[in-house]
Order: sequence, then C-alpha cells, then structure tokens
Amino acid sequence: MEAATTHTETTTVPSVQPALRTRPRPQIVAHSVPRRRAGWIDWVTTVDHKKIGIMYMVTAFVFFLVGGVEALLMRLQLGAPENTLIDPEKYNALLTMHGTTMIFLFVVPMMAGFGNYMLPLMIGARDMAFPRLNAWSYWMFLFGGLVFYASVFYAPPEAGWTSYAPLSSEAYLPNGGIDAWIFLVHLTGLSSIFGAINFYVTIANMRAPGMGWGRLPLFVWTLLTFSVLLILALPTIAAAVTLLLTDRHFGTHFFNPSQGGSPLLWQHLFWFFGHPEVYIMILPGFGIISEVLPVFARKPIFGYKAVAAASVGIAFLSLLVWAHHMFTTPVSTAVLAFFMLSSMIIAVPTGIKVFNWVATLWRGTIELKTPMYFALGFLGFFTLGGVSGVILAIFPIDWQLHDTYFVVAHFHYVLVAGAVNAILAGIYYWFPKITGRMLSEALGKISFWLTFVGFNLTFLIQHSLGMSGMPRRIYEYPDVGQLPIWNLISTIGSFVLGVGVLVTAYNVVRSVKKGKPAGPDPWKANTLEWFTPSPPPANNFDAVPRIRSVEPMKDIRRAVQRATREQREEREPVKG
Amino acid sequence: MPRALGARRRFSLVFAACLLGLLAFAAGASADVLSPESGGSPNADLVDTLWWIVFVIALLVLTGVLGTLLLFIVKYRARKGRVAAQIHGNTRLEIGWTVGAAVIVVALTVVTFIMLPGIKDPEESGGGQSASLAGAQLVSVDQPKVPGGRSLTIDVNGQQYIWRYTYPGGVYSYEEMVVPANVTVVLRIRSQDVAHSWWIPKMGGKMDALPGYTNYTWLKAPKPGVIYRGQCAELCGRNHADMVARVRVVTEEEYRAFIASKRQQIQQANRDATAQRQRLQPRGQGREP
Repeated sequence: MEAATTHTETTTVPSVQPALRTRPRPQIVAHSVPRRRAGWIDWVTTVDHKKIGIMYMVTAFVFFLVGGVEALLMRLQLGAPENTLIDPEKYNALLTMHGTTMIFLFVVPMMAGFGNYMLPLMIGARDMAFPRLNAWSYWMFLFGGLVFYASVFYAPPEAGWTSYAPLSSEAYLPNGGIDAWIFLVHLTGLSSIFGAINFYVTIANMRAPGMGWGRLPLFVWTLLTFSVLLILALPTIAAAVTLLLTDRHFGTHFFNPSQGGSPLLWQHLFWFFGHPEVYIMILPGFGIISEVLPVFARKPIFGYKAVAAASVGIAFLSLLVWAHHMFTTPVSTAVLAFFMLSSMIIAVPTGIKVFNWVATLWRGTIELKTPMYFALGFLGFFTLGGVSGVILAIFPIDWQLHDTYFVVAHFHYVLVAGAVNAILAGIYYWFPKITGRMLSEALGKISFWLTFVGFNLTFLIQHSLGMSGMPRRIYEYPDVGQLPIWNLISTIGSFVLGVGVLVTAYNVVRSVKKGKPAGPDPWKANTLEWFTPSPPPANNFDAVPRIRSVEPMKDIRRAVQRATREQREEREPVKG
Repeated sequence: MPRALGARRRFSLVFAACLLGLLAFAAGASADVLSPESGGSPNADLVDTLWWIVFVIALLVLTGVLGTLLLFIVKYRARKGRVAAQIHGNTRLEIGWTVGAAVIVVALTVVTFIMLPGIKDPEESGGGQSASLAGAQLVSVDQPKVPGGRSLTIDVNGQQYIWRYTYPGGVYSYEEMVVPANVTVVLRIRSQDVAHSWWIPKMGGKMDALPGYTNYTWLKAPKPGVIYRGQCAELCGRNHADMVARVRVVTEEEYRAFIASKRQQIQQANRDATAQRQRLQPRGQGREP
C-alpha cells in the first residue's frame, strides 16, 4: 500500500509539472531480493538505516531513563542534610554512572539515532553509504553500554565520568569498575568514529541532484560538523584510556606522579576530547532547532548561511578551549588567558545562532505545536546556559565557581535545557514520519510544562548553592544556612522533571498503536524527508525531485498548487 | 479560541511572577544568593566585584534575548488572515550582532585583566610593624612575591581525607589552619595521593592540589576572631564530602603563642613516642621507624 502511494505520486506529479521531472539516477541492480525474516531476527540482522536509527533511539532512551533514575537517587540523598540513605561508595558510583550514561549512552547515540534515521531521507539517499558498518556501529554502542552496566554486578566505577588520575589508578580503585568504564569508552568510541565516517561519506557523496552545500538542510550541516568533531576528538580519549589501562594492569606510569608520570597529562588528554564532546552533544540539537523553528514559524530560517557557518565556527573553536576545565590546576597565566579568550570567542558564533533563531520568529506566524514548545524552551534556557558559560570562562570567577553546583547548574542548562529539549522537540517533530502516527498534542504539552517547571526548580537554585560553597560530587552536606532548603527545592524539582519525561515516554508508547494517522507531511514542513510516505518504504524514495532551494517541500507544494490551479482553469475556463 | 489564548497568557504571567517572587525571596533571605562568597580576603572581595560587573552585563544580555523571544512569541502567533513574511536574512543585521557580541566579549576581557593583578598577586601585609613572624618566608623561584617582604608561607598538603598545614619552622596542624589577621599568607598547595582542591569560599578561589605539582594562592584575613570554613572541591574518593577545612584567624600574638604551644606539643609527643619505643623495644615488640 505504501509502495502504491509513492507510485502514484511519482507518476502524476511530474506529468502535471515539468519542474518536478527527475533526472536519471544510477540504477541499483538487485541480484536477489533478501528474504524477509520474522520478528526480532529482522531487527537483529537489519542493515536498513531506518531500523538502525530506531534501535539507536530506543536504546538511548532506555539508557536515558536509567540515567534519570540514578540522578533521582542522588537528589533523594541530597534532599536532606546529613542524609544516610545512600552510602558514599554507592553515591560515587551513582554520580559516575549518571554522567557516563547521559553522555556516552544517551545524548550522543540519541543524536546518532536521529542522524541515522533522518540523514539519508533529508538528502534524498537510498541508505547510508556503508549500511553494514552502520549496523556494526549500533551493536558496538549497545555492547559498550552492556559491558559498562555489567559492572553493577561486581563493582561500579567511582571516579566520576572524568576518571581523574591518580584516583582512577589501580592503587586507589583496584576493582574492575574503572576497567568497565575504559571498555565503554573504547566500544562506544569505535561505534561513534565509524558512525561519523559513515555520516561524513554519506553527506559528501549521496545528496539529491541539485542539493549543493548551500541547499543542505541545517540539521545535516550540524551532523557534518558533529562527524568531523567525533573523528578528531575520539582518538585522543581512546589513547588516553588505553594509557590508563596499561597503567592499571601492565606496570606503566603515564599518570603516576611517584614514577615521573603526570596526573595533569590525563586532564589535558581527557578534556581535549571532553570539550569537543560537549559540542558533539549540542550541535545536532542546534540542527533540530534550526529545522523546527522555520516550519512552525512558517518562515524561512533567518540567515541560513550565518547559521551554517556558525556551526562550522563553533566546531573549530571547540577544539581550542579544553583547558578552561583546568583553570584551577597549576598552569601559567598565559595559558589561563588563552583559554579564557578562546572560550569567550565561542560565544560569538553561538550568539549568532541564537539571534538568527529569534529573528526567524520575527514577523512569522507561529503555530504553537508541541515540537515548537520544546524548541522555544530550548532557545530560552540554552541562552541562560550559554551566558553562565561565558561567566565561567572568566578564570578569576571560575576559581570561585569551578567544581561547585554552579557548574552543575551551568552544564545542565546546556545539556538538559539544551540537548534534551532539542531531542524532545525532535521526537515530537519526527515521530509522525517514523511511525506514521501523531503523538498526542495534549500529553506533549503536559510533558513540556512539567519538564519546564521541574527543570528550572531543579537547576536555577543550584547556581546559588554553588556560590554559597557547595562543591559538586559530595554525598552529604552539613545543616547550615540555606543549603537544606535549596537542596530540597532542587530535589522536588527533579521529580517533577522526571514525571515530565515519563509523560513523553508514555505518549510515545501509546501513540505507536493509537496515534492519529499522520500522512506524509503533517507539519507542512520544508525538507525532503516529508516527500516520502510515513513511515518511509524500505527504499525511501521511488524518485527524488531535483532540489532548487533549502526548502524543497515548500517548492513542491507551491508547484502542486500552481499545477492544480492551472488544471482547474483548463477544465473550467474563467468566465469573462 | 481567543479565551483559551487569554487563559494561557494569564498562566504564563502568573508563572513568571512566581519565579520572580521566588528569586526575590531568596535574595532577601541571604545577601550572597546572587554572588560568590567573600569577606575573608581581598582577593575574594575583588572576585566578588568582578562577578557583579560581569553578572550585570550578562543579565542585560539575557533579559534582552529572552524579552525579545517572549515578545515575538506573543506578537507573531498565527492568527486568521496573517501571512508570514518570507524574509531570508539581512547581512547588515548579521554583521551588527556579530560585532555586538564581539564587543561584549572584548569588554569582559578588558575588565578581567584590569582586575586580575589584584586577585592573583598577593597584597602587602598590613600593620607595617617590622616585628618578625615566626619563621621567615621560604624563597622559591615561581612562588608569588609579596611586596614589603613581610609575609607567611604555609604548606597545605591534601591527603585522603584530611588537610595538613605545615607552618614555618616545621610546626604542623591538621584540618584547622591558624593564621594571623592582616598578614599576607602565601599557601603552597600540594597533595600526597590523589587530586584534591583547596577552597575556603570566603577567602578566594580554589586551587587544585595535584600530586607531583605545587600550586599557589594567598589570603589576608581582615580581622581576628573569625573562623572560615571550606572543604575539598575535587572528587578525591569515598569520603570526599568529609574532607573539611577551617581557617581560624587570630592576632599576631595569639599566632606566635599557638606556634610555640604547638611546637611544645609536638616535641612532647615525640619524646613520649621515643620513650614508648624504648620501653617496648627490649621486649622485642617494637619496630624501628
């Protein structure tokens, strides 16, 4: 049935409008039709980018819920002063698992999932350039996660997601948790590197006819920078964790100060990866916002070239800012000054993006559908996170705020109000394409308001907590000043936030079967993925239109309108 | 539809008012709710001043962006008969806000570097008396120089999970550091096991204690009779949260008395230990240290 609809589209549309006639494309010769396998075997053996994308997203979302539970347990412990609910050993394990899960097992793979599903559709390709490599990337990610979580059954890692040496060395944490963490970094790292190469090659070679670099959807631009950053940054962390592994088990002393090694070296290597990683997580989010805002403001994106160029600028600068995580280590003033400046300069391209997004709304007609709610939430609170980031870049101020709850608040504004809001916007925006059904708007808005209120309750007050002297990663605090009441507010907020996320999870599960049918283009969107039916057939497109702008679907809708008007006029000539 | 719209707007307004009210309440509850701690040392006070300058600029930018965003959301809602203007961009505007953002960044940098010397470089000790403190300053090439030459250097050593302070002359104490008021104290921060971070919020920024490295900071407490509290700020293991630090500020006389009594205590303890060893050794149960 799906094939039939595509068929009629491709035969009738070009016949009424010459502009839509497709250019001959290379034929794919099929030597045999793969046997359709039953149920789960089909999923396990698939090399279809759409199925792999769905597996990525579902797995990442499950890890998101697990990481969320870990966060709630920590907030529960901190809900009261001198609480004894969770002992220090388990608390350190929780904070390590939470950070590692959210970064390596949720945000990055979630973005990779969106990329996997949407990238070929947005550029009019049949699949990714290397479908088998793509499947391999997914399985590496899943097994990385499983290896890491297996440590729950013996001894989870306790050194934080940063695993600073020498705390992470064998002398201080001899159990296998750190090793599980190392293997997680290796496996998910390989997964991401191969995924990134796949994205890059696909974008460079498989775009629809007419889709030059200036007509690439902005989400695809951010996937391109995401891929380049992954390829540049991940080998560093792979090398670093290998050195840590040999330090732990094979008698080397790369990070052991008593044998001439340097704990500072670990910090440099870690953050040389760690800071680009932050932009790896947020750049595709920027892309989602750049897709959602123009669709629901019914206006082209303001300053397409500036927004695309800003992505590239951010990616470049993100490789030059790593030591702003190390302002309190013994480094010279020249180093402090350099990294302060580079970190502040990155606010310029980020600011350009924010200004262009706001300008996209100007004189538009804003339709407040759920994806737009989350996109606007992103815009407001990501800006707050960006501004507190500039404050932290000023190193004398950072000396006070470093490693406190102020920093916790800052990066949660960037990663939860930023990346998670963008991911939720993406889920509500693309769910109809992926499943052919709409998510409930009512539940979506409830979820938005719960996450909005919960998030700000949790994290706004943490700025003050940090400035009042509460360091991060402590399992208890004394009953002095406002610490207890502020922590309690934060804990209550975190549970509201958790309920908000669960509402979306419920909405997704419910709507897969019961949602309203969506049709190919429910939002009247701009990009090519909406040209094909929802959900798209295995071959994505029977024919790909020639691309003439950044908004091919808008062009097609206009052409179809014009054509039907002409047809009508032919049938019943205007009475004169 | 218009009624629903009004309800929603009313809700947003109430919500915004609640948020503002909460903020105002919090601000009233504690003066330091919107800025870092200060008052225990001139560098902390200067960081606080720098914070306020930066914070006001940041707040202006933030309210500007958020205000515009809210205005646009309300003003450009889809309504019957309204058509979106198909604008693709404006080069002048792009250049304008790029330059604008850059100017703010430059301004913040200039302010920071004007204030940096006062935060980073130790001040001259107050009082002006030439009376020597217990022990002269130990000279080191990379150690920050204190103008006037009258100062105190204390070694801060982080270890799981306690701070050890070594005063000039080898006297030491744990957890609580005793410093004379109005005297510049240079802290040499080291660690003997994992990474720690020295931080007394009211006495200035934190400095990491990394094994194999020496880090420096300084403080100058304004008046005696105060105890400033802080704790380790870098995850250092399971009892990281319990690795607390105190700085007790005393007069110079009290400081000298403290050093003298500490020295006596340590000597007494050493004598006791030696005596104990000698008592135990003939029985063959003691071990040479």
